[in-house]
Order: sequence, then C-alpha cells, then structure tokens
Amino acid sequence: MPDELFRLTVRQAADLLRRRAISAVELTQAVLDRIYAVDNAVKAYLTLAPESALEEAAVADRALAAADVDTPLPPLLGVPLAIKDVILVEGMPATAGSRILEDFVPPYEATAVRKLRQAGAVILGKTNTDEFAMGSSTENSAYVVTRNPWDLSRVPGGSSGGSAAAVAADACLAALGTDTGGSVRQPAALCGVVGLKPSYGRVSRFGLIAFASSLDQIGPLTKDVADAALLLQVIAGHDPQDSTSLPAAVPDYTAALTADLRGLRVGVPAEYFIEGMQPAVEQAVRAAIAVLADLGAEVVEVSLPHTPYALPVYYLIAPAEASANLARYDGVRYGFRHPDARTMWDVFRLSRGSGFGPEVKRRIMLGTYALSAGYYDAYYLKAQQVRTLLKQDFDAAFQRVDVIAAPVSPTTAFPIGERVSDPLSMYLADVFTLAVNLAGVCGISVPCGFDEQGLPIGLQLIGPALGEASILRAAYAYEQATPWRERRPVLAVNGEPSAVNGDQ
Amino acid sequence: MHLSTADVEHIAHLARLALTPEEVEQYRRQLSAILDYFETLKQVDTSAVPPTATVLPLRTVMRQDAVRPGLSTEDALANAPDREDGYFRVPAVFGED
Repeated sequence: MPDELFRLTVRQAADLLRRRAISAVELTQAVLDRIYAVDNAVKAYLTLAPESALEEAAVADRALAAADVDTPLPPLLGVPLAIKDVILVEGMPATAGSRILEDFVPPYEATAVRKLRQAGAVILGKTNTDEFAMGSSTENSAYVVTRNPWDLSRVPGGSSGGSAAAVAADACLAALGTDTGGSVRQPAALCGVVGLKPSYGRVSRFGLIAFASSLDQIGPLTKDVADAALLLQVIAGHDPQDSTSLPAAVPDYTAALTADLRGLRVGVPAEYFIEGMQPAVEQAVRAAIAVLADLGAEVVEVSLPHTPYALPVYYLIAPAEASANLARYDGVRYGFRHPDARTMWDVFRLSRGSGFGPEVKRRIMLGTYALSAGYYDAYYLKAQQVRTLLKQDFDAAFQRVDVIAAPVSPTTAFPIGERVSDPLSMYLADVFTLAVNLAGVCGISVPCGFDEQGLPIGLQLIGPALGEASILRAAYAYEQATPWRERRPVLAVNGEPSAVNGDQ
Repeated sequence: MHLSTADVEHIAHLARLALTPEEVEQYRRQLSAILDYFETLKQVDTSAVPPTATVLPLRTVMRQDAVRPGLSTEDALANAPDREDGYFRVPAVFGED
C-alpha cells in the first residue's frame, strides 16, 4: 500500500478498496488533506464539499463491508472525483465561473454525475473554469486564477483548467471537464495529464450548463489512459433526457487497451505542423509518432486541407450558439438580478451587463452580430458551410486511417497574464483542437514529453465518430512504451483550504 | 470590418447588455480586429456546399407523451431573485420608461 494514497490512479484505488487494503474514508480523507495542503497555491477548486464527500465514502465502506469479497462491485466504489463547475451536482453550488450564477444551487443533477454516483464515486467538489467555459487559460473565471502545478506562474490551460490542475496536483483521483473547442484536451496537455473529448452525442449533456450546443461534450481528465477508458465506460451512453445523445451501444473500452499497435493505421496531417509552433512541441510530437510506428502502427501522411479555417469557423459558430444559449440569464428565474433595476428592461440589460465578465460579453456581442439581420449569410451561414468542408476532410481521412496523430497545443503552458488583453492570441491556443469539435469526432490528449523548461507537452490522437476504442488503444500503447507518467510536478505543501465556497 | 460606435451600441441593444462607454470602445476595436481575421473565410468557395448545423444523423427525436415527475414549485423558485405567492416577481413590464 503506498503511503501517499492521493497519488493513486482510479484503477489502483478501486483495486485496493476491493481487496479491503484501504477504506474509502481513509482514501477520501487523504485526498482532502492533499487539497488542504496544495490548493492554497494551485486554486483548482471553487467549491469543496468535505462533509458530504466523507459521508459518501462511509456509504461506500458500508457497501464494501456488506459485500462478499467475490461479489462484483460498482467500478468506482469509494473513488473521490472532482467535477468542473459547469456540470450540475444537485445541492452543490454551480457558478460556471460566473458572477451571474454566484448563488445558484441546482435542484437537479447532471446525468454524467448521476452515472458516476451509481458507479459508487465520491464527489469532492467543483473545479474552476473560464466563465461559461469560454477561454483557454481559466483566467476568465470571475473568482480565482488557477495555477499550473508544474509552474505556478503559468496557466493550466482552459477552460477545464481547474479539473486538469486538480488531477496533475493529485488533488483528486480524476475529474470531469467539458470540451467545446479543446477545453479538456488543451488543459490536459498543459498540465501533463490525460484528457478525452468523446464524440459528439457519446455522453449525455443533461445538466451541463450550455455554451455551444452543437459542439459541447463532457469528458474525463485522468492520471492515465486506462482511467480515461474506465470513466468513459461509466458516463457514455444514450440518455432520453438529452435529445442529442446517440442511441449507440457502448463498447468495452478497457478491453480495447493493448500493448501493440499492429494493424492500426495512423495518419499524420501536414496542416497540424505549422510555422510559429514551439519547436519542442513539434519535436516531441514527431518523436511520439515514431514510437507509434515502432509499436507496429502503419504511419501515413493524410491531408485535412481546410484546417486553417477551423479557427474563424469556430469563433463564429460557438459565439452565435452562445449568444442564444446565454439569453436565459435574464435576472428573472435564477441568477443575479441588478439591485438598481426598476424596469423589466433594466432587469435584463443591467443584470447581464454587470453579471457577465468581459470575455462572455465579447462572445455574446460577436455571436449576436453574426446572427443579426444583414450579416447572417456572410458570417454564420458561411461558417456553417465551411464546417461541412472541415467534416468532409475528416470523413475522407478516416477512409484511409483509424487514428490521426497531431499536437494538442502549439505551445506549452504560457505565463499568467500574457494573453488576457489580446483575445485573438488567446483564441490561437485552440488552433489544433477546434476542428475535432466542429466535425463531431473524438480526440484524446496524452503526455508525450517536456520542453526545455520542464513543461509538459501533449500528443493528440483523433478518431472518427464513436471511434473512442481506437484512440484509447493507441494512447494506451504509447503511454505504456514511454516514461512520461513517472515524472510528477513537485508542489510545496502548506496552508489552508482555498475554495471560494467552503463546505456547502 | 470597421465597426462604428453606433454599430456596437446596436449589437449591445440586441443582446440586452448594458455597456459602459469604455466597454463600447474596447469591443469596437476588438470585434473589428476579430471580424477582419474572419475575412479569410471569403477565400473558400462554398457556392455548392450545404451548411452543417449539427453533425448528428438524428432529427427531431420524439419521446412518449407521458406524465413524468418534474421540479416542484418550491424547487423551481428556490433560486429566484424575487418571488411572491408561488410566482417569479419582476418589475412592471409596462409603465415608466
């Protein structure tokens, strides 16, 4: 039994719990103590729920005590997890990183969270996010700036930066995030953890605070690939509560994990190796592709010719959808209402004007403009047409290959504050992840090395719609053949809990 | 694309956002720069390309029209900024202003 229980992966912890080598309360307490020790510096959590987490762990221990040693148990029984604050956990504050939802306590639970609970998971709390998941550094949170555990002066990426930093800092065993244009994969890459964006429709979004509804997906952030397979197994599947969830069978993702890649065809798109990307990132990703070949994969060149247009297409479609989705924050039924509003009109405009932060207002403005009379065809319709071409690029490539290998982000983690005043430079952080969401396919980020400053680099493996088993297989074989998992960030241990909302 | 102050104020009105004069000027500059960047899309010939609104093959998913449990009035009103007698309370829609 390791002395530092918080360092365990989900599968290691589940195994020790099942063998009754550790108790769930002991494990949850160890992770809570870790959070108290490091989160004052990292600031991954917005809400911490130690009392309910320990109660849930005690329930898991009673289930373990009551079950025969040979009885199959729920796969996450007693495993403590963190949830991004755009996903609803019943009775636990859900701010979405926004002042407009500062006091919002959801009266129902997201399907993905309900499934985690049914699998026995313990919910530790809610993690920081860019406001309404709009951002690439988590600096757009209205509450706190999360820091990268590898270098506290740098961003963790975003928008699931709280979840990625919590996993990297061993402040949870794994976490849920959301990915609309790279918000699981990019922070996973910048924090040196694994992040999976499932295919559009694979995971129910019931209870997810909507950003861009044709793009949003919930996905796991984990310490290794096997844990990503396990969490996806639990949360995937059709949900009658989400009309966009696919009624497709969920395969056994863990069974797909094999050590060799013979027979797997891997495509390398020239368009994902561009001028201006950090040399260390290109070198690490190219070296990782060579490892895939050594493991038996057949590596071929593919072309995704419309890739350069993914960024403008995304930043038209996502803000347009956001401007419609965020119309619901009107100061009437829930959320912030401006105290000076004396008329209905002022309830709307004052509550929204001061409740939303700068990036959210920027995107609402951009989306409103793209949808407004006279500009709809030139911007929104045009973007939807080019989206078709981006999807056709992937359709053609996946005729020839099973998996596409590319970088996740053109750079490693950048310094806090460096890009906040220049929205376009921040948008460029997502240049390699956006097309995956626009095409509705799946992608995973897996650690593939470090730059000269010791900052982690991510390899992105992209699969066709419902091709999660293929990308998990490639990511697992790569991970098992390389030493990157063994290097962990070193964090000074001190201080008090830092969560914005204390015990709920 | 050079947006004017009046353009930005019009968009803010459509979006029901009260902005300060400083915000109007900042968004005028930033949105103009972002829209300039989007001009690259004009290079793509889309004359024969249908738009993609969703990647899903699903269309108009139906469910059985059966009574199911929903939120109670108390739960639905629990987060309301103002309430009265089981309703959301708001300022008069017509009147001053």
